[in-house]
Amino acid sequence: MELYPEKRSALIPICHIAQAEHGWLTPEVIEGIAELLGLTPAEVRGTASFYEMLRTEPTGRYLVSICTNIACMLDGAYELLEHAEERLGIAVGETSSDGMFTLEESECLAGCDMAPCVQVNYRYVGKLDSAGFDSLVGELAAGERDADIPPHGVLIRTPRRAPRAVAGAPSGGGRSAGGEQAASSGAAGQVS
Amino acid sequence: MPEPGTGSGQAEGPAQRAHPGSDQGANSGPAQSAQPGSGQPSEQPRSPGSDTVSVTIDGRHVVARKGEMLIAAAERAGVFIPRFCYHPRMEPVGMCRMCLVEVKGPRGFSLQPSCYLAVSDGQEVVTTSPKVKKAQDGVLEFLLVNHPLDCPVCDKGGECPLQDQTLSYGPGESRFVEEKRHWAKPVPISDLVLLDRERCIQCARCTRFADEIAGDPLIDFFSRGDRIEVSIFEGKPFKSYFSANIVQICPVGALTAAPYRFRARPWDLDQVESTCTMCALGCRMVVQSSGDRVTRQLGMDTDPVNQSWLCDKGRFAYEALEHDTRLTAPLVRKDGELVETSWSEALAAAARGLEEARARGSASGVGFIGGARCTNEGAYAWSKLAKSVIGTDSVDAQVADGLPAEVLLGLPRATIDEACDADLLVLASGDLREELPVLFLRIRRAILDGRTRLIECSPYGTSLSPLAEVSLRPRPGAIVELMDAILADDRASDHGHAADASSGVAAGGAAGGGAGASGHLGAGGGAPASQIEAARRLISEVSSSEPHGRVVVVIGRSSLAEDGRILAEAARRLAQALPDARFLPALRRGNVMGALDMGMAPGVLPGRVSLDAGRAWYEAKWGKVPAKRGLDALGMLRSAAAGELDALVLVGADPLGDFPDAGLAKQAIDRASFLVAVDAFRTQGVECADVVLPVAAFQERSGTTTNIEGRVTRLAPKVTVPVLAWPDWMVAVELAGELGADLGMGSLDEVTAEIARVAATYERCTPEALAEPGSRDGIVVPNGPRDVLLPLDPIAVPGIESVERQGAPLRSGTASDIGGSDTDAGSGPPGSGVSRSEAVPGSDDTSASGAGLQAPPVLGVPAEPLDVHVPPTDAYSLRLVAPRRLYDSGVVMSRSPALSPLAEHLVARANPADLAHLGLASGDLVRLRSATGSLELEALPDPGVREGSVVVPFHSAAGEPGVRSLIDASVAVTEVRMETTS
Ligand code: SF4
Ligand code: SF4
Ligand code: FES
Ligand code: FES
Repeated sequence: MELYPEKRSALIPICHIAQAEHGWLTPEVIEGIAELLGLTPAEVRGTASFYEMLRTEPTGRYLVSICTNIACMLDGAYELLEHAEERLGIAVGETSSDGMFTLEESECLAGCDMAPCVQVNYRYVGKLDSAGFDSLVGELAAGERDADIPPHGVLIRTPRRAPRAVAGAPSGGGRSAGGEQAASSGAAGQVS
Repeated sequence: MPEPGTGSGQAEGPAQRAHPGSDQGANSGPAQSAQPGSGQPSEQPRSPGSDTVSVTIDGRHVVARKGEMLIAAAERAGVFIPRFCYHPRMEPVGMCRMCLVEVKGPRGFSLQPSCYLAVSDGQEVVTTSPKVKKAQDGVLEFLLVNHPLDCPVCDKGGECPLQDQTLSYGPGESRFVEEKRHWAKPVPISDLVLLDRERCIQCARCTRFADEIAGDPLIDFFSRGDRIEVSIFEGKPFKSYFSANIVQICPVGALTAAPYRFRARPWDLDQVESTCTMCALGCRMVVQSSGDRVTRQLGMDTDPVNQSWLCDKGRFAYEALEHDTRLTAPLVRKDGELVETSWSEALAAAARGLEEARARGSASGVGFIGGARCTNEGAYAWSKLAKSVIGTDSVDAQVADGLPAEVLLGLPRATIDEACDADLLVLASGDLREELPVLFLRIRRAILDGRTRLIECSPYGTSLSPLAEVSLRPRPGAIVELMDAILADDRASDHGHAADASSGVAAGGAAGGGAGASGHLGAGGGAPASQIEAARRLISEVSSSEPHGRVVVVIGRSSLAEDGRILAEAARRLAQALPDARFLPALRRGNVMGALDMGMAPGVLPGRVSLDAGRAWYEAKWGKVPAKRGLDALGMLRSAAAGELDALVLVGADPLGDFPDAGLAKQAIDRASFLVAVDAFRTQGVECADVVLPVAAFQERSGTTTNIEGRVTRLAPKVTVPVLAWPDWMVAVELAGELGADLGMGSLDEVTAEIARVAATYERCTPEALAEPGSRDGIVVPNGPRDVLLPLDPIAVPGIESVERQGAPLRSGTASDIGGSDTDAGSGPPGSGVSRSEAVPGSDDTSASGAGLQAPPVLGVPAEPLDVHVPPTDAYSLRLVAPRRLYDSGVVMSRSPALSPLAEHLVARANPADLAHLGLASGDLVRLRSATGSLELEALPDPGVREGSVVVPFHSAAGEPGVRSLIDASVAVTEVRMETTS
């Protein structure tokens, strides 16, 4: 926080760190951040909810984004999406009851060459057909992709040197996986 | 309409503001505080200079202030540019794009938001081209895409800027046929405000208000795109004393106020301009009614006072008018019961009782408590009745909750504007947000905008603490020592020139050496030496600068468990040490300043003169004045409790509910042999009275009221009085008649006129002068009126007027607006061009009775110290601090259905160290014991509270035992013991 002349400017970086830690920005986490920065929780949530990649709703360990924009749509994105809903047993926008998967329909992911394009936790998993999707889900569930796909929340490729826990935020978010090492190995991450 | 060229020479407006505080008398000139119409109240240039630019708007030549927004410059020149998000009292955001105009740049004309573009020299602007029209069509079509168009069931329908501007500027038709966005409607965002997100047009007026103005950023935009919504964080409602302002400024019906919702349609409303009397700030407001019931109150954009804001208490207090404890007929006690009677019988009974008391003892056997709820006219009439007809000086409008009138009225007074523009503001008061909420808004903004700097001096942390450069936390009762420590040592410091300068930090503090507390450095009222040093440095920096910095001191009671004379003495010493300093009293009761100005205090007579100085004058005017100084409220209650004071008249005051020492009040009321209550509500005091005289309350009265800065404004009646209640002045006049005296005042205007005639400070406040359009913002006594500009934001004050105002703005036509190149062109109402600066005080009205007499001199800063004995601290006790809260259990608050649930329950706050020392944890139930009583309540740690003290709010939610049972009025400070209950 000393990096910023105004405390408030640290808000988005702190949200990143908190999300890496907790998977998503739970109300408790938001209150913790607010306290840390001298803001109200409404201000924190206002900023966080503006950004698509900062999640203020419960999000699974894996956020599966399926592009349905024009190129992908032409290449069967909706069929894939339907299949994904069936396979995961959830509708678009929902999270599976075991907390593993959240399914999201997204706009162009800038991977039109891989249509229909799919990302998991913002890492490309490429052009997938139904069978490919099923085996991906299997691998993810079995933890076989841990090396290249960190759990949800890790957005930053190079971890900042920052305290592991956001002060005041109880680590009750459910997901305790260490963000750092995963992120540093996540060289494929397409992150902002 | 203005012609090119007529704008020349209009630049004098801001240039005249060089030193608004340098000479009080100078304020009567046309030197308008340069804010109205600036569009940027926060960026007031303080130094003179030719800060103007000239722009061309629709072919018209307009002079504008540098840095002001195009939309504001255009509006002053009579060109209304439609808008939604722009609000002249807040930072522009350019969110809605409704204000697009064509501005010429290097590559020709292009569309620019005029609320977000500052004027620049030579700018060429077109507001009505086809391109602008097309942009407006487009913006409105987009705004309506997701708008539910449920106008028939919308509170805003009929006064809605979105409706109005769609009609005037919109395309008339939508191409959108798809399903609109839907939200649950409405959702409460606080106890008072409901949000209908479907109607929201995302103008961010509400969120900016919460953040910039109120400092309670509890609402924000969540999400984005078409899912964007204004929202609170779950479990954290928009709990703000100012929450309903967002309802007033929302340009659509997205925000509605619970008390008004579905109660009226705008076209059924009738309205008058009046003044809020819930606290002594005197916010100007519009009172609207439908079918003889007050339905809504809206803040008026009165630049020198409330700048369009109201607090929720002031806004919704009208609900109490209809409470079933309203008194509707006179009552007299017969066989122990209060029974309804006629006025003649009640007045006769009251007169008989007072006569008997007078016959038994002397005139001083009768006392009057109250008057702060009166109009000035009422206060004057009661004061005249008490002091000349009955002949007692025991009259007090303050119920031991203020400051001794002789000191208060003698301090050089500052205006609110001067406080906001002071080089240094010293706050020796309680939390302004609790005491005078809208003053808190003004001062908060002034500090944030860098217009003033703050030294705070209060025994607990306040809402302004985060903005204070220095926070001093004197031990209760020790503020005199603290002031001495700050002031006294300075003369010994090495600012050699300060000693010979007549102003600056001079040696005046020494004169107070006789009082109980002497000021040695290190004593300092228990504040840390470093803080004292910081305060001293700041004061000497400001007062030794050239030209002299302006120091304004806000004085108010931070605790009602402490003798008010202690603070008065501190203020007196400050005034002596800093002769240029000005004072703004932070007293709370509605018209307490007016009542004091009308002489409703012991030792003073109307017009801020002392009993002795005014004796000859008032003997000539009134025939008789009391021979000797009377008692204040505390003295009267003591005397009554001792069986000496026979008769007590309660003029809209209820010592049983209000007086700090509850035990004493009870004894006094029980023992007084004759009690008259003049009130609008059946209070505890009324229940004990022998005769009860019902009077009109706020929105039923006409008359005038005086605020903390001395601003006299008019009250306007909006609804009729309940059955048999009378205006307060009339009750006094009739009672005097019953006592065989003719007060010589047969109508309200006659009372107003008599005040202007006899009280020199009020000589400009004649009924005629007050009725002039130029007096719309009131007349500051003794300075006279200033120029007024009508509401800045035509869409910020909804209501009937605003609908008309969405064309070109109306102005009062006074000569202050710079750049309004038509100052003499008569766009304002005729007859408003009175030249006020020419009226010479006291020139022509000494001809009445008492010819040849000079009006008595106005009170000055007393030279004599007030002697108050503050006992030394006791290591086993905590000093009790009892600050007022805004939401209390007061007479009006507890009778207003929307407000009464908002009062918080009582807790004791103490420094964590003290709690730890006593082995108490946060939330523990504790018992506080004082010499007079005990009280059980929850204790919470609060590091803002000074060690060695405990803070318990003065009022409690109705029904709870209050802190008043602990307060002992016989000592200057109350000590309490804190212990666990188990
Ligand atoms: S609720 Fe009203 S004031 Fe707030 S953003 Fe929406 S339209 Fe504007
Ligand atoms: S601040 Fe005082 S005068 Fe203003 S609205 Fe509130 S109670 Fe009324
Ligand atoms: S359209 Fe799917 S990635 Fe571009
Ligand atoms: S963008 Fe200018 S008024 Fe909204």
